[in-house]
Amino acid sequence: MRPLFSLFVGLVFGIGLCLSGMTLPSKVIGFLDLSGAWDPSLAFVMGGAIAVGLVLFRAARPRLAPPSNRIDPALATGSVLFGVGWGLVGYCPGPALAALSSLDPKALAFAAAMILGTVLHRLIAALRDGVAAFGRRDGGATVDACA
Amino acid sequence: MTIDWQNFTPWASLLGGVLIGLSAGVLALRSGRVLGVSGFVSGLFDRDDEWTSRLMLLAGLIAAPLVVGLVVPQSAPIPDVGWTTVILGGLLVGFGTRMASGCTSGHGVCGLSRLSLRSAVATGLFMAAAFATVFIVRHLI
Repeated sequence: MRPLFSLFVGLVFGIGLCLSGMTLPSKVIGFLDLSGAWDPSLAFVMGGAIAVGLVLFRAARPRLAPPSNRIDPALATGSVLFGVGWGLVGYCPGPALAALSSLDPKALAFAAAMILGTVLHRLIAALRDGVAAFGRRDGGATVDACA
Repeated sequence: MTIDWQNFTPWASLLGGVLIGLSAGVLALRSGRVLGVSGFVSGLFDRDDEWTSRLMLLAGLIAAPLVVGLVVPQSAPIPDVGWTTVILGGLLVGFGTRMASGCTSGHGVCGLSRLSLRSAVATGLFMAAAFATVFIVRHLI
């Protein structure tokens, strides 16, 4: 990744988030609240992103490491914890960062707590891998395949 | 269930989604990287030669609302919940996305676009948990 290209990708990604409504917690909650007056807009975000993504990621397949197909308790537990946090406030990581420029105290606090949660997980993983690596001869290589 | 027609924005949301898919897809094509916001945030604590690029991508994401605001007035993206919920939610999102190695972008957009079963399981679970949480918090408590 080159830095300027990355900046541009982040900008287009963020503009997409803004236009889509994903950056508005009230709109996210309106989508997640099936029993009230339901706003289905965010299904169109997913639809649009995946429609384009299917084509581009197929083309990019030679460039990418094959996706992991490991389905384990960490994947399940982590996803549920994330979903609870998302449902409580209405921010997932991208919109939480995009909200920083509003300088709203709650947006800043959410992002700070999110980064703290990230660091906490890194510390626990490092401790666990350290202990595991201590007992093994291979040094305990870690796999962090997103998708 | 009724449809909230007043707030329904299919075209803006579709266009936004297309831009999200486009940026993630172009990054994969050009750089061979999967765009996952939670992973990029975590990667800020890894000192390797991709560090600057990760920081720049996140900087673009943070600056985006300011750019959009120059053209279209933006409503403030503020959560309508108390401080305890904000902090608890942030901790859960930060910790959970790293435990699952991905969030809405990495698993939801990129993973599903790659037809990854692992990402489909993650996306199904975080969506279900989010729907359930909103139902419990907004209707039962």
